[in-house]
Amino acid sequence: MSSLTVTDEQVSATPAKVIQPAWVRVMHWINALAMVLMILSGWQIYNASPLFGFSFPRDYTLGGWLGGGLLWHFAAMWLLMINGLAYLVTGLATGRFRKKLLPITPSGVLHDVRAALTFKLGHADLTVYNYVQRLLYAGIIVVGVLIVLSGLGMWKPVQLHWLVMLFGDYPTARYIHFFCMAAICAFLVIHVLLALLVPKSLRAMIIGR
Amino acid sequence: MAKRSFLIPGVDKRLLIKDSIKTMPDVSRRRFIAGGASLGALTLLTGCDVIDSSSAEEMLKSVSKFNDAVQAFIFNPDALAPTFPESAITKPFPFNAYYDLDDAPEVDGNDWKLEVRGLVDNKKSWTLPELYKLPQVTQITRHICVEGWSAIGSWTGTPMRDFLKLIGADTRAKYVWFQCADKDGYNSPLDMRTALHPQTQMTFKYANEILPRAYGFPMKIRVPTKLGFKNPKYVVSMEVTNDYKGGYWEDQGYNSFSGS
Repeated sequence: MSSLTVTDEQVSATPAKVIQPAWVRVMHWINALAMVLMILSGWQIYNASPLFGFSFPRDYTLGGWLGGGLLWHFAAMWLLMINGLAYLVTGLATGRFRKKLLPITPSGVLHDVRAALTFKLGHADLTVYNYVQRLLYAGIIVVGVLIVLSGLGMWKPVQLHWLVMLFGDYPTARYIHFFCMAAICAFLVIHVLLALLVPKSLRAMIIGR
Repeated sequence: MAKRSFLIPGVDKRLLIKDSIKTMPDVSRRRFIAGGASLGALTLLTGCDVIDSSSAEEMLKSVSKFNDAVQAFIFNPDALAPTFPESAITKPFPFNAYYDLDDAPEVDGNDWKLEVRGLVDNKKSWTLPELYKLPQVTQITRHICVEGWSAIGSWTGTPMRDFLKLIGADTRAKYVWFQCADKDGYNSPLDMRTALHPQTQMTFKYANEILPRAYGFPMKIRVPTKLGFKNPKYVVSMEVTNDYKGGYWEDQGYNSFSGS
């Protein structure tokens, strides 16, 4: 009898399982804002001297002209970098990256891609990432590091010359910066689409459960 | 869109012309943040018109000043810009300005004198033959434009720090401020530590030939540790000063330090 009471108390005292801890949620949304500011101002800067035969539509650029775009880019970069660094440190220190994103095996990824394409990929337990999620989330962290490093190298090609050397030379760093942006945009499309398809994952990123 | 002919990747003539039109005196452009329609995307996302407010403009200006301080802090006066072999030189080296090449200043080298003002012992003006007699060095470095493109060129001239010593400049002053013969009066301030950097050069030659009109005849200031717009061409005077006197692009919102 008494043991049953204890169990009841435990159930009512324990809130539903936290899927996304508060620090993840806060940093996720700060990052979302920083990314949008960086991408839109980055498109403005790109338009001043396009790498390829196209420009981004003016309506989707920030700052009004090159000078304004640069001001936004070099302001939002602090938000992106400080938040991103805090995320990396916390993710590594708490073991969250290891627990949530590893291991990533080719067979696991293949299996889950096939399951996803045939709409058989389950989302019953949101606390465990499937292999497609693991690959995408780990991959976008690597891309995030690359875009910041190539960007810093382009910002300070003399003082941070070693960073530019890491990518080859200045023009190469510029291309890498662009392709990382393209990868992030592609990720963003898939990420938002999937969040909308599985709304409880979006809820978890807002209220945690 | 029709295929463009590129001088170098990222620089095409039509864009340059478009740029020069863009840079015509235009009051609205000076309000650089109020991009109006271009900010639609952000307004849509945030549901409020934060960007149009002058507080956003003030915030961005403050961050830009903060970025000036960060850049001055990490500036290493001994860190040299990478140099390249002659084979790496970009040919043709692009002409770039806020006007067409036809509108570039035509300076008569016989009449021209470099005026020296401000905190210096000797304020005498310098003729071109006098300047040509000073010891010169050559550097092959990468010019990086604020627009993102870059090109490697060969510049020959007198190290700025040798000239500043020669005229008895007060090198504790904060800036060397340059004025140019460009239409609308181009000018730009250079922080003293950068002016004293070993690669900062009063340039008289490009590719071992007298500096052509396109690249700033009779004198340009080559600063490989700064973005291109802080490498003034057609220089007519320099002033050693503690006052921040602003600059053509700096006043419109380009970051003032803009170091590399």
